[in-house]
Order: sequence, then structure tokens, then C-alpha cells
Amino acid sequence: MPKRTDIHTIMIIGSGPIVIGQGSEFDYSGVQACKVLRREGYRVVLVNSNPATIMTDPEFADATYVEPLTPEICERIIEQEKPDALLPTVGGQTALNLAKALAENGALERHHVELIGAARQSIDLAEDRQLFKDAMIEIGLSCPPSEVVSTVEGALQAAEQIGYPLLIRPSFTLGGSGGGIAFNEADLRLIAERGIKLSPVGQVLIEMSVLGWKEYELEVMRDASGNFVVVCSIENLDPMGVHTGDSITVAPAQTLTDKELQRLRNMAKSVLDRVGLATGGANVQFAINPDDGQVYVIEMNPRVSRSSALASKATGFPIAKIAALLAVGYRLDEIDNDITRVTPASFEPSLDYVVVKIPRWDFAKFPGADSTLGPQMKAIGEVMAIGRTFPEALQKGIRSLDIGISGFGSRLEDAPPEALRIPTAQRLFQVATALRQGMPAEDIIAITHFDPWFVRQMVDIAQVQSALLEGRVLDDLTAAEFLTLKRCGFSDAQIAAATGERELNVRERRKALGVVPSYYRVDTCAAEFEAHTPYLYSTYEPDDETQRTERPKVVILGGGPNRIGQGIEFDYCCVHACFALRDMGYETILVNCNPETVSTDYDTADRLYFEPLTAEDVLNIIDNERPDGVLVQFGGQTPLNIAGTLAEAGAPIWGTSVETIDLAEDRERFNALMRDLDIQQPAGATVISREEAVIAAQTIGYPVLVRPSYVLGGRGMAIVFDDDMLLAWCDQHIQWGGHPVLIDQFLDDAFEIDVDALGDGENVTIGGIMQHIEEAGVHSGDSACVLPPYKISYYHIEIVREYTERIGKALAVRGCFNIQFAIKDDVVYVLEVNPRASRTVPFVSKATGVPLARYAAQISAGKTLPEIGFLEEPRVDGFFVKEAVLPFQKFPGVDARLGPEMRSTGEVMGHASSFGHAFAKAEMAANSHLPQGGTVFISVNNYDKGAALKIARDLHQLGFVLLATAGTAQFFESVGLPVSVINKVSEGSPNVVDAIRAGDIDLIINTPRGGQAHYDGALIRGTAHLYGVPILTTLSAAQATVQGIRALRQKPLKVRSLQVHHAVD
Amino acid sequence: MQGLLALEDGRTFPGTGFGADGVQTGELVFNTSMTGYQEILTDPSYHRQIVTMTVPHVGNTGINPEDVESDRVWVAGFVVRSLSPVVSSWRSQRDLDGYLREQGVIGLSDVATRALVRHIREQGVMRAAIAHGEAARDPAGLVDIARKSPDMSGWNLVDEVTCDEPYHWTETSDPAWYSRYDNESDQPLIVAYDTGIKRNILKMLTDRGLRVTVVPAHLSASEVLALNPSGVFLSNGPGDPAAVTSMIDNTRHLLGKVPVFGICLGHQILALALGGTTEKMRFGHRGGNQPVKNLLTGIIEISAHNHGFTVTPDSELSGAEVTHINLNDNTIEGLRHTELGAFSVQYHPEASPGPHDSLYLFDEFVERVKKTVLSTEYRVK
Repeated sequence: MPKRTDIHTIMIIGSGPIVIGQGSEFDYSGVQACKVLRREGYRVVLVNSNPATIMTDPEFADATYVEPLTPEICERIIEQEKPDALLPTVGGQTALNLAKALAENGALERHHVELIGAARQSIDLAEDRQLFKDAMIEIGLSCPPSEVVSTVEGALQAAEQIGYPLLIRPSFTLGGSGGGIAFNEADLRLIAERGIKLSPVGQVLIEMSVLGWKEYELEVMRDASGNFVVVCSIENLDPMGVHTGDSITVAPAQTLTDKELQRLRNMAKSVLDRVGLATGGANVQFAINPDDGQVYVIEMNPRVSRSSALASKATGFPIAKIAALLAVGYRLDEIDNDITRVTPASFEPSLDYVVVKIPRWDFAKFPGADSTLGPQMKAIGEVMAIGRTFPEALQKGIRSLDIGISGFGSRLEDAPPEALRIPTAQRLFQVATALRQGMPAEDIIAITHFDPWFVRQMVDIAQVQSALLEGRVLDDLTAAEFLTLKRCGFSDAQIAAATGERELNVRERRKALGVVPSYYRVDTCAAEFEAHTPYLYSTYEPDDETQRTERPKVVILGGGPNRIGQGIEFDYCCVHACFALRDMGYETILVNCNPETVSTDYDTADRLYFEPLTAEDVLNIIDNERPDGVLVQFGGQTPLNIAGTLAEAGAPIWGTSVETIDLAEDRERFNALMRDLDIQQPAGATVISREEAVIAAQTIGYPVLVRPSYVLGGRGMAIVFDDDMLLAWCDQHIQWGGHPVLIDQFLDDAFEIDVDALGDGENVTIGGIMQHIEEAGVHSGDSACVLPPYKISYYHIEIVREYTERIGKALAVRGCFNIQFAIKDDVVYVLEVNPRASRTVPFVSKATGVPLARYAAQISAGKTLPEIGFLEEPRVDGFFVKEAVLPFQKFPGVDARLGPEMRSTGEVMGHASSFGHAFAKAEMAANSHLPQGGTVFISVNNYDKGAALKIARDLHQLGFVLLATAGTAQFFESVGLPVSVINKVSEGSPNVVDAIRAGDIDLIINTPRGGQAHYDGALIRGTAHLYGVPILTTLSAAQATVQGIRALRQKPLKVRSLQVHHAVD
Repeated sequence: MQGLLALEDGRTFPGTGFGADGVQTGELVFNTSMTGYQEILTDPSYHRQIVTMTVPHVGNTGINPEDVESDRVWVAGFVVRSLSPVVSSWRSQRDLDGYLREQGVIGLSDVATRALVRHIREQGVMRAAIAHGEAARDPAGLVDIARKSPDMSGWNLVDEVTCDEPYHWTETSDPAWYSRYDNESDQPLIVAYDTGIKRNILKMLTDRGLRVTVVPAHLSASEVLALNPSGVFLSNGPGDPAAVTSMIDNTRHLLGKVPVFGICLGHQILALALGGTTEKMRFGHRGGNQPVKNLLTGIIEISAHNHGFTVTPDSELSGAEVTHINLNDNTIEGLRHTELGAFSVQYHPEASPGPHDSLYLFDEFVERVKKTVLSTEYRVK
């Protein structure tokens, strides 16, 4: 069937902000869909609230709406753009839910928009657990015994039927949000109540737990003629009980016979037939009893997913792209396989390598969070590694994680056998320890329920390590031994640690022995056909397949796994650098290990190396490709961390020099530079002991900001108010003797400003100046910010501009840099300079229409700002507000208070001609809808009470009912504001937490500050996040909220595409 | 233990031997199926071939009594990247190493299989010698042995794999893996020529209620017709189809008298009987992911393949039409001759290993067999 000609304009919904369970993989799938549908001649209208995505760059769609993903806003866009069809299957659960809402409220019918890719009935069937289970039984498949309930009492009744332990899964939530395993009635009450609340339809599934069963997933595609292919089989190392997103997974499946695999294939096909997914991609998950092979169907997603992104990268089969083509009428056999150019898309990839995916968690950012892995996903990112064997892939995956672990067994996590039973982020390393300590493989298998095959492979790794590395001297290692180690995935760093050598010495020795990697191609077909796409991975076997060209070429280093503080923004920058250099005539070579990205699409760079971003792996690629330049400033901190080693080994680092990077990161040198430039910094000190810390803090004066040196995203950073807090913090975070601790004056109640700018070594041009809405003390990544600044005097802005230029020139930055300023009592302070692309580059580019990352790449390649023609700071029309999205809902028990340590996973943008509207949109996009009325609970510390008064008065005038605890209430009453009093939690029920639970509160203003007060509101904040009540923890955010609510009252929201916005400029 | 694979063009690939010791020769081929090594090992079509698996880890699920396609291992040698050091499967009863040793078949692990496969892809399949033990120390001698071994072209291997005596096959497949059929009693009889038949083909026939008599390849057409079958099945098998002249003759005599269904070698023999020609392919099709298009329905089947010869595209196939083609290289994958009531496919609808997309062909055969009169219009749906 040829493509449809009866539709012309297709609307695509993106997945919104990056959250746990819905990451940057949907930027990858969305970009693929946008690209291919435009290539086919369709007009594409894109809606996504996330400005950090590639897909929302204006060149990827005909009309790009960075607007809140709500049914009302989408309908307004539909009215404006009049699409013929809506493709909801490439934007994750968010897009599917939104499409469902638009279908249910009649909007699609009203505006004659056809749902393509998945029918509404299919969405309902796949998403409603009871309907799905009934459908499975109807076609002769089994699901674990379960019951859907909508009350806690119902859950308890179901438990009596099914028996503990039980799995509780809320219907229609992301990444298993709100799910859990209940071992008893108390667990069940807690989890069921929370799950019912979190489910948009108020339902949870109470299901028999199949803890310990083998878990598999098939990624499948089907076209309108019923042609069906399995793109990839995936086997989870972690058995049932751990969310797939939190599981280490392996492709292809390793422990199934053909009969067993074909049975799953047949079942998956029946599931698709029954659910009625006519066109597109889907995944089906299965549980298999390892003792007798009994199969349960667990779930099916009628859309592309995190695992389909993984499967696409693992096989070279671009699922999202093909799904989009199928949705517009093509058949699988009408689509070519880009890699082989001779086979059609109607075939099943064959893998002659092993792919391992390992999740990356960030529990250190969430003290108090339960780090046990279960049915609710907690990972922030993931890495994928390709090796010819499982040991090679596993070890490459471990070192890709960028957590200071160079391979299996390189860091030992001591743990008693009982701890092995509990799935956590450490379990893989605990298994290494157990093996090292001589625990028999059988015991590990019995305790972890890992398949014996995987455990035995780990035993082999441990044996190779003890046989070849224990007590060895580097010079004694033979070429054959090196080869054995390398084929088993051992890194130079591991060998260096075992032999007590420097890593670069190991490298030299290895190369001298002729042990260097070959690069093999990911070709979808196990070498049966020639691969025309240079998508490469390293291994230590003969017959390299690089086919190096002699063109001028540049290596761009990606950011590695998403983590808090380093996410999709950096992938955005890498992709732009790629495009810029390609346009300049360079061959672009991208290195990255994150399967959730656009950068690792084999379409993005000319050549893709799916490899760890360690010095060893990157240097090997540099040896192999001999590039003219290497770009390290686009992938965040990860490539910067290895830049020094790369330079030492002779790599041609382009752009900002390693010397400048060091100057900006070395505190002493940087302080000296600021003194020379006559620029103020907060008073600070570097200390190496508890005693020094106390003296320094007292000298500077409390409150002070404390942090370990060399950290990303403010890890471990805190504001302390007195000696006791300081010492407690030191004892919790610091092992003296390692890196020193930095103590800085905390600029209480200051405004913070972020500047993104470009330098070419001689000139500096500012890209954008952003004002944080939260005051200083909240990490810049967690603070809402607005471009242009809305509350800062021209005088101060001029100083900021002048300082930016002075610093950029002094550092001789070539490319992007970012400076954080604080303004307090009329003084402008510099807090930090980052000589690399920053998190805010995509946001600034969206707001100004200026492609900063592209320009930075051009500068790196030798162009000057005058040559590029970028010499003036862009003028911004209207207001662009960026709001952070926080994962507190996933981490019950963690204090949901903003602070100096970054904890947001993603961001959204709202834009409008007034600040209030832009702020309201940003909040709406962050799923924190500003209430139009109702009850506001206000609880502020004494310091804030004065300023809170005005806010309370404004809200009262807007018709809100004021509610406060006794102290605050008394203060408001004293000036004549009507206010009701409610108990603090400590004063007993009914208290404010009860009121939140009961849904009696619509807005919360709670500002913790000062020593003791810091912890008082933790329960209020946690409950608010759990129940989705908007909560403001700073007064400046509260003021902005009042402006937003007032703006919404005055005028309804309007929508405008970026293309129209910038054309107007 | 030391092992070596030596190719007739002089290239050698070192490895670690497993299974039996010694030296063996065969045609070196590769298979891209990611599962199903046990079925591959026991498929008689691999007789006198050394099979390289492209999937790196092999042996993971051990060996079970159920997943065999015949009563012995047929491959001449087995080459893998990584032999599993452990078995993990609730159905397994033993490991691959011990099985091959018992069967007297040489295995080679730790081989650079991707480099090997790319070599075969570029140079075509070729003769090779596989050695485990002392003999592996003599690469030049092994290359020489490979060069002196027989060439597959023109080699009739059917006599080496066919059964000695006719027998009745009654076993059906395990309903765990295949759909169950409700069969009436008193079902038609078909005769299956065994030119190296896979058990799963027989099970697919009995699953659908047919009574099956398996006969050796040397049984003449008149002896077969004397059994009064309602249909004749031509099986898969090894070697050069053009060399199996007796089967081509038999088929010619059967055509028009009974419905005929051929698979793989059976398909080639049908084409030859219809006057067509066959030719050797550079490296053949061996794997479980080949896209075959049914030209009658337009549907794509993901199919299992194992063949090194193919029906020549422009060969004269009097009155027959091409029903299936391979979308990768447009080779002929299926034929039918409506008037003579015969049809065949080059690939393996019985799968084992491979996807089950093409089982409908057995249903069509059964349907045809159940219609006793040949003169009515015969059609493949």
C-alpha cells in the first residue's frame, strides 16, 4: 500500500519534560517521526513542552509549539493548525494519554482529526489492566491472577483471594509510578491508597507476584496488512519484581531455546492481533517460570517506548521511524533497510554481538529515599554497551556508567548474603564481591534468582581477573594475556589498578604488544549483507570494518548516561555540533553510550561509535580515525573530565583549551583570576578538615554554602546555618583526605542570574541572560528562570554584560560558556564559570531563535564571531519561562524542598507576551496547575513573614481562602486579613497533612529557612507532591504565582508556534 | 584443547576445540539464526557441511531430547564464538560439548566468527577442514586436506541420509509449541519421501490428521503409488539437487497422479522435474529471518532457510508459476503447478528453528490431499 494522500498535516505529540520513566528516548523517537514524515511531504505540527529537545528545534517541524501538554491547549493548537491526523505513538505515555483525552472529550471529532498509529480502542485495551487481562484469557494466554480495584477495601479483599506477596500497579501511570510490592496487609493499605490516588482513573491492579521468574520483552512491529516482525528479544538479568527500566537487560535473549522463543513470538503476534494495533511498534512483556517454562503475559505497550529505543540502537532497526511510516499507510516491505540497502524493513534483525543495558540511578541526590528496586522505576538514565560476548558488553557497560567503576569487580560493595536478596543499584557490584569472597555461584543464583547462565559468565570474568591480573607486573603481561583480558572486557583502568600502574602506561604497553581493538559494524543482519552505515563498536577480534576515510573529520564526545545535572540538554548540544560541522564539510564522528539519545541515532553523525566515554575508549577511536579535531565542550562534564588525559595523549582538542578548562575549575586559580579582573566573588575558603571548616565558616559568617570540590549538579551541596549543622553535614558527606571541601558565603535573599555566551578567543557575544525566579540557594537547575530578566535593574544587567565579556576574554573561551551571577545589596557577584555548553543552551536558543550550540561548534572549528555574524545579544520578544520538573513523587520520604543540590530531572518552557502568562504556562506544563481559586495554605518562617503578607493579601483579593498555622495566622490577623487556623502536624489531627490528603487545599506556600525550620515542613511538602497539590517553597516563586493567577484571570492563554514567533521578531 | 579451521583458500581460524577430537572436512557455511542450534545440528540437510553460528553464545540451553530433527547430529563440524560454560534451561538434560563428543562431531569455540562469516560472504562458501587436537598444529596440512575434499556441486548426498526401510510416522508435536488440531479419524494417507527429512515436517503433517508413511529415496514412483497415497511429500535434504536424478524421475512420474508438496530439496527436485534448472548460490540462505513474499496474497512471511542451491530464475518451468520470492535477493522461494496439483517452497515452513509464519502451507497441502479428485481446479490460497 502506498502512503496515504488523503492526509496532509499531521500533529505529533511529544512526551513533555524528562521524568523518571519517560526520558530522552522520546526525543529520539519524535525526531525520527518528524524527519521521516516531512521527508514524505507531510506538514508536521509538533507539540511538546520540553525546550531541551532536538525535536522542538524549529527546523524539525513546520509548526513547533512549545506549549503545555493539556487537552485544552492542544485543542487550541488543533483549531489553529487544522491537522488531518494525530500521531500519538512516539511521545510515550504522555502522548497516548493526551490523545485519549482529546478523543474522549470529542476534540478530535469536532475538528475532524484522525488518530493514526494506534486506535482509541487499542489504547484503552492495552492500558486498562482488567480489559487487557480479559482479552488475553479470550485468546488463550495467561496473565498472573489479579484483580482491579478502586478502593483500599477492595484491595484487601483481593489479597485474600490471591495471597501475599502482591504486586500493586496503578492504571495509566508512567514508569510504574506508585506501584509496589506488598508482603502484608500494612504494606498493601499504604501502596494501594497511594496508587489509587496516583492513577488518573483511580484504579490499581492487585496482582500475584511472580518474583524471581525470568523476564523477557519482545519489540515488535506490524503493518496494516498484518505483516509482523520481531525486531529484538530482550532478556532481563534482574528477574521479575524489578521494573524493566531498573533492570539490567540483555539482547538478544540468551537462555531460550528456539521453541520457547517462537512461542513468545506467536503469543506477541496474537496479543497485537487482539489489541488491534494495526500499524506501528509495540512491546510485549512476558514472565517465564524458570522451573517449568510456564508463561504469563505481563503487559503490552501499543507505542514506541524506552525499550524500543534501546532495541533500535541494539539492532540498527529504527523502530520509531518505521512506525511513523507504517502509520501513514506504508507496508513493511515497502520500506528499505538503510543499513544494508538491499533488505526490506520486513525482516527480523540477527545479532552477532551482545548488548547490555545498565540503568543509572542517582539515589545519592535523594537522602531518605528507599533505594530498593521494585515495580516503580527509579533510574534516571541508562547506558548501553555492545560487545561480541556478554562479559565484554557487561564490562563496557559498567565503565560507561561514569560512576568511577572501571569494570566488574573493580569496586567491591561489601554486602552480607541477605543484602544480595534485595535488588538495589549496588547489587551487580555486590555479586562481584560475593564471587571474590568465594561464595559459590549456586548460592548467588539461589539468592538473586539471576539466571545461572549470567552468573556463570560473571564467574568467568572473576576467574580471568584472578588468573591473569592478581599479583602481576605490567611488563610481564603477554600479548595473548592482554587479548584474553580485552576480549573479556577488562579496561586499561582495571589492569592499571591491578598492576599498580598509570592507565596511560598500560595503554602504551598494550599498544606496543599490538593489542588494539577492531571496530565492527552494527548491521542488522549478522554480516550476511554488507553494511553501508558506519555504526561501530569495538572488540578485540580480527578484520576491522571501519573503512576510514581521508576526509577532514571531527570527533564529538557525547554526554553518556542521563543523570541529574547532565541530561538531554547536552545531547541537544552534541547533535547541533554535529550538524554544524557537517555543514562545514567535516566528517562528523560521534561517540556516546546512551541509547536514549538523538546523538546515537546512526542518522545523526556521519559515523557513530557506540562506546564508553572513558579516556581509553575515546583514545582508541582517535587512534583509529585520526581526526583533525576533538570536541569536548558539548557533552557536559563527562568529556571535560577526560579532556586532560586526551590532550596529554596528544589528541587535538578543539575549542576552549584544556588549560582554560582547568583554570575555570581550579578554585585557587580561578579566584586569583577574578581578583585580577576586579570581579567580586562570595567570600570563600577551601578546607581539608573539620576544624578548618568550622573556623572558615565562622570567619565568613553563617549561613554558608558547603560542597565537596569537583562535583556536578551540586552533589552533596548544602546551606548550613550554624556549627552543628556544618559538622553534621561534614560527617555525613565527607571522608577527609580525599578532595577538599569548599565553603562559601551564602548570599541570602540574592537574585541569581545565568548567562550563556559565546567567545571566539577575542570577542564575546551574550546569547541570553536569565533571571532565576527562586532566590539564591536553589540550584540553578532546579530554579525556574525567565528570559529576559523581569526584576533586575538595567544598571545591574549592564554590569553582568560587562563582567561576562571580561571573563570570556580573560579565559580566551572558544565556544560556549556559562556564568552564574548573584546580585545582593547592589553588588554583582560571580558564583561560577563553566567553559562549556550549559544546561540552558537549548532554552536560550528556543527563546532567541539563535542556534548557540551550532555557533559554538563553528567557533571550535576556527570561525570567529564576526565571520558567523553573531555580534549582538539577541533581543527577546515577550517572556520565556523555564520551570524544573522534580521527581519527588517517585521518592516518598524524601524532603521535597528545593536547595543547592540539583534534583530535577527535566524542564518545561512557557512563553507569552506577559510574564504572568508565561509563568502560568510553564507551571501548567510542569503539571503544577495554578489554581484559579480555592484554599491556600501559608506557612512561612519568621524572616519571610513580612513579605508573605503582601502575597497573602493579593491572594485574598483574588478570592482565595487563607489557611495558616497559628503563628502565621496570628500575624495575618494582626493586619486584618481573614484567615483560618489549622493544626501543625505535631499538634495532632486534623492537621494540615490531613487536609492535603482530603483534597481541601489547592495551593501551598511553605518557605523553610534557618536551622530548625528546615525540617519542619518535610511532611507537608512530601504529601503535597504525592497528592499533586502545587507547592511553592520560596517567596519569589509565590509572587510569580500570584502574577500568573492574575494573568489567567485577566486573559485566556494563547498559543503560538516558534516559527511564527521568530518570524514576527 | 587446540583447534583450527582451515579453508581451501588458505585462510585459517584458530579456536578452542570441543566435542570430538580429530579432523573432518565439509563445506563451510554460516547460519544467522539466534536460537535453535540443536535443531540445526540434527538437520540432515547439513550433512557434510561445517556450520558456523553467527550468534556468539551457543550451548546456553544445553541439549534436550525433544528438540532434535533426526536421531543424530549431521553437521560435519560446528564453529562458534563462545561455547557456553554452563547450561540453563528447565528442559535440558546435557551439555553441547558432551553431546558432540558422543556424536563424534568436532566443535570449535573462541573463533572470530564474524571475520569468518564476512570472508565467506565475500568469497562464497568453500571447502574447509576442522581439527581438534594434535592435527590442529598443522595448518598447511589442514588446508591441503580441505582442498582434497569433495566439492558440493554435483554431489548426491541423499543416499547417505535417507532411511533404509519405509515406516509409519505417528508422533505429533507438543501442544506447548504448536496449535492443537481437532482431527477426525480415518484420515488420508500421504507418502513422504525421505531425502533427509526433518522430524518437525512429519509432526506438522500428523498434527493435521494425516497418516504418514515415510519411504526411502530409492523407492520408485510406482512402488509409492502402490501404497495408494492421497498425496506425496518431497522432503528437504543435503547436496546438489541436480545430482539426485532418481528422485527427479520419481517426481516426474508422480506429477498429475497425486498432489505433491515439496520443501527445500523437494522444491528443487520439483522444479527440475518440471524441466527447470538449479544453480549453486554464493553463500546460500541459512537463518531464521528471511523475508519471503507470498505473491498470491502479498503477505510477507519471516521464514527459516537452509539452502545453498536455488532454482534458476529464468529456467523453464513448464506451466508452473512462481508463488513466493525472497525480498532480499528476489530468488524464487515458491512454485505451484495448478494443473498437476503440485506446489513447493524453497524455505522451511516447518521452521524448527525459526518463525512459524508459514505453517499455513501444511494446511493447504492437507486441504488438497483431502480433495480426492485431481481434475478440479487446484489452487494455493
